Amino acid sequence: MRFLSLAGRRLAAALPALVIILAGLFLLLQLAPGDTVDALVAQMGGGDASMIEALRRHYALDQSTSVRLGDYLWRLIHLDLGHSAIYGKPVAEVIVDRLPATLLLMGSALALAFAAGMGLGIIAARRVNRWPDTLISTLGLIFYATPSFWFGLMGIFVFAIYLGWLPAGGFGSIGSGLTGFARVLDIAYYLILPTLTLALIFLATYLRIMRASMLEVATLDFVRTARAKGLSDNTVVVRHILRNALLPMVTLIGLQAGTMLGGSVVVESVFSLPGLGRLAYESVMQRDLNTLLGVVFVSALLVITINFIVDLLYARLDPRISSGH
Amino acid sequence: MTIALSIDQLSVALPADADRPYALKQVSLHLNRNEILCVVGESGSGKSMTAGAIMGLLPDRVRAESGRIEFEGRNLLELNDAELRRIRGAKIGMIFQEPMTALNPLITIGDQIGEMFRTHSKLSRRETAERVQALLRDVHIPDPLAAARAYPHELSGGQRQRAMIAMALALEPAILIADEPTTALDVTTQAQILKLIRELQERKGTAVLFITHDFGVVAEIADRVAVMQHGVVVEQGEADTILNRPQHAYTRALISAVPPLTPPPIRQVAEESILAIRQVNKIYRKGGLLGRNKRVTHAVRDVTLDLPKGGTLGIVGESGSGKSTLARCVVRLLDPNSGHIEFDNVDLASLGRRELREHARHVQMVFQDPYGSLNPRRRVGELVAQGPIVHGTPCQQALAEARELFELVGLDPDATRRYPHEFSGGQRQRICLARALALKPRVLVADEPVSALDVSVQAQVLELLARLRQQLGLSLLFITHDLRVAAQICDHIAVMKNGSVVEHGTAAQVFGSPGHEYTRSLLDAVPGRHWTPPSFAGDIERIAA
Amino acid sequence: MEFLHRYKRNPAAVFGLVLLLAILVLAATAGLLYPQNPLGLAGRPLQWPLSNPDFLFGTDHVGRDIGAQIFHGARVSLFIGLIATVIAIIIGIVVGALSGYYGGLLDDMLMRVTEAFQILPSFLLLLVLVAVFGSELQTVIVAIGVVSWPAAARLTRAEFLSLRNREFVQAGRTLGLGDFSLIFREILPNALPPVIVYASVIMAVAILLESALAFLNLSDPNVPSWGNLIGGGRGVLRVQWYVSAIPGIAILLTVLAVSLVGQGLNDALNPRLKNR
Repeated sequence: MRFLSLAGRRLAAALPALVIILAGLFLLLQLAPGDTVDALVAQMGGGDASMIEALRRHYALDQSTSVRLGDYLWRLIHLDLGHSAIYGKPVAEVIVDRLPATLLLMGSALALAFAAGMGLGIIAARRVNRWPDTLISTLGLIFYATPSFWFGLMGIFVFAIYLGWLPAGGFGSIGSGLTGFARVLDIAYYLILPTLTLALIFLATYLRIMRASMLEVATLDFVRTARAKGLSDNTVVVRHILRNALLPMVTLIGLQAGTMLGGSVVVESVFSLPGLGRLAYESVMQRDLNTLLGVVFVSALLVITINFIVDLLYARLDPRISSGH
Repeated sequence: MTIALSIDQLSVALPADADRPYALKQVSLHLNRNEILCVVGESGSGKSMTAGAIMGLLPDRVRAESGRIEFEGRNLLELNDAELRRIRGAKIGMIFQEPMTALNPLITIGDQIGEMFRTHSKLSRRETAERVQALLRDVHIPDPLAAARAYPHELSGGQRQRAMIAMALALEPAILIADEPTTALDVTTQAQILKLIRELQERKGTAVLFITHDFGVVAEIADRVAVMQHGVVVEQGEADTILNRPQHAYTRALISAVPPLTPPPIRQVAEESILAIRQVNKIYRKGGLLGRNKRVTHAVRDVTLDLPKGGTLGIVGESGSGKSTLARCVVRLLDPNSGHIEFDNVDLASLGRRELREHARHVQMVFQDPYGSLNPRRRVGELVAQGPIVHGTPCQQALAEARELFELVGLDPDATRRYPHEFSGGQRQRICLARALALKPRVLVADEPVSALDVSVQAQVLELLARLRQQLGLSLLFITHDLRVAAQICDHIAVMKNGSVVEHGTAAQVFGSPGHEYTRSLLDAVPGRHWTPPSFAGDIERIAA
Repeated sequence: MEFLHRYKRNPAAVFGLVLLLAILVLAATAGLLYPQNPLGLAGRPLQWPLSNPDFLFGTDHVGRDIGAQIFHGARVSLFIGLIATVIAIIIGIVVGALSGYYGGLLDDMLMRVTEAFQILPSFLLLLVLVAVFGSELQTVIVAIGVVSWPAAARLTRAEFLSLRNREFVQAGRTLGLGDFSLIFREILPNALPPVIVYASVIMAVAILLESALAFLNLSDPNVPSWGNLIGGGRGVLRVQWYVSAIPGIAILLTVLAVSLVGQGLNDALNPRLKNR
């Protein structure tokens, strides 16, 4: 179980980064014009000075910055993300409500991008510099250059408005009262377009990396050994090239976790999905700083978790890691 | 004797944008059953390409243009891919230079050997596992059961090469092609692997095509020899004939360039020491902040040595012996943990960066890799002038001196305007020498300066070093793994093992009557130690010209 | 010279360069062809492209000329992409070079900060920065630059780590060269090519980031932006889909051009990889 301790150490190494993020963001938000109370007061349509002061005291905004930073970090250790003034309930609750949609969207987009990227990358590498490779590589470049929100809108126009095959947005039919498997299918149906939209750019990246990785591994000495052993081309690819070529792909999952979360902000807002990304956008618009910090904290945790899982996966694939070389 | 494989008038064409049209030109060779044929040549001679052509594994865009490779009554060049695959591995096995990269890092050794049986036979899992065990025992791997379960990185270099051999011989092929199989190994491991190849070859009657650049290895193992140059076989015959009575000028020059293992007569060297290394220690610490998984390597351990003024002190040892670390401590590329390095009554080991710069110019270094040690983006003249400019010489004067230095090391002074990639390996090493000499050092530390060079170039650079030593009154600290080279140039020799000096004396003492057991085992392991290369003075100059 | 020759032999790279030049021409001629404020009202809203010779690209939902916004938007997109990339690359090179050259504690600290930036989804950070500092053009540019540097820093650091121990650098050190010349004259010129190639990736992403911000109405409302136009077209997507479609194609082509040129540079700099 050496690789577990290795991954554990990587996890511990992420802690300072997490503290830097939280402290940095907290201080950054102090620079923001207006605070939660201003936002609240604006929402209530004004208020008198004594009430504003009472509110400030209530939210501990009258304390010094360092005291509040310490207080804030201390509460985070207890997973207390504070209270959302706009939503009128604890931030943790707001986030937990929004988490499933984002996790589902990210998970399905990642699975699609990884699987399709791998498949296309293999085909392109096997037919390098011939027409299937040219076609796939060109498509990859175009996918990479497509802004996801635009692709989403065009998808809505074609599939929801023009063809009427798919819903234009939302997270399941409202008020359908579906339960069990029917509800799963319903949600899956609503997630087709968003998944495709979010997966597109990542698919392009995975396909490019897979192709390059396959070509790179194919030049290594042990592939020559495998050929000298009399293995057929397919066996060489499947047994010797593929697994080695997958290593950079796995690394990429971890590297791109953050980008993917960022991408979900836009996709969720295009498809009106009740997810974490849209929550971030809304809290920026409404200056709900507690919620924004909470979302950022949870996103960072999510990215760290994904990287932890990726480390474990990598160690399973590569024996050199687990023995500490 | 019956012929196992014969190559007839084989020509292999290179792609149009290569530096020459042919890799092989009308090569004719034959390999008998139950013999070891050594194909020997310098880099670019086409020896590896010959192996590729036999296996049908030539690089992309390189193809066999004409000729025949006859094996078991068939022309291998005319077979289709499926037919070739049935021959590869099963009837012709192959082992490679670098056993680390030649094995798949993600698959266990047992599995990779077992793959031979899965591909070419219908053995059950159990039988395969048993055969793998038998093979691993055959190649004398310690603990074959564990070795079968191990991944390549868990074995040592020698064990990996043994595993490769086990794999190549799994199906008892008629022919084994060995492409520089011991070049990446230490000398003692090399001796073991050579012995193993000989032993298995004799036991199984295999025909071995052994590709090498090293005449010592040829002397050790060959029954017959073919010498290649620029894609042509210039001479072939019985090993004894080629090694001792070669006919072709190129062979004669190559053999003359091989340094004999016996040191030349003792030179008179001053008693006075110019550089005193006293109890130097260098410890590497690896590992995390939390103190877990910490590894401590004692790379240099209490080394005390003296470099006599005007003399050459050779430091020999295998990889990991700490010889390079010691050299880097002397020029302060690394900071020793303790000990003194006294030069000119100053302890170099304790100087701060600024003082060091002034003193260290008298101790300069030449590196192993002539390709990696010149900045590819600057003109070679600038590179040579760089040092003096840093130390305050005006730019114009430094460049003028660079031209003189080029002449000194045997290069055209007008070449100072060119870039490093326009020079050959030997020329680059001359440039490196010029760069080091530009600071007018009194001590030159040379870390494996000729190891990356072909044998004929090696001889020229060694000659140049010896000349400069005399001409400029240099003292040389010469690091090498090659005992033949050490015997030729060193006055004193220190043998290092695991960071410590185990033996130290004049070259004649160390080579003539080694005191330490390890030194004896090193000397015993030198390939071709019983063969004294004959000298054909005159031929070398012709090749050089 | 040989570099140019290799670049020319690659049709995709040449196509990318031509495309990029065409977009540059759009940007350069915007003032000539559309001298009025591109965000001013020009005519009746929602005229289809090619239906009115005055508005070849049609008009949007409030009656602004889409063509004018495309031409002026090219300026803004390229400008933002270029400056943000320069900012990101400079931060990245400085951090990566210091980290890779000196190692030790400095490396540890800088890498923790880099990790922090990589753990934090960059688009979220961008949202926060824009929320805090406002969405003027300069702010948006700096913000995009600030969220884009970590990958460049890691790349530079990796190059420095491998070059730092190369023999030519060690040789320089034994000659007595100082840190400054070792970093800037010996290592950096050799570390730069992959970083320059990577700049094209940063620029492509920067253009996409800005368009996404603008789409969410978080970019400067006073400059014409393709992303903003797409966002505006959302309300009329059902029928007048062209309002969103046209600027989207403009973004796609621009990012494609930048990527193709980057890839062409890469292939020309590493001919070994291309020839396989």
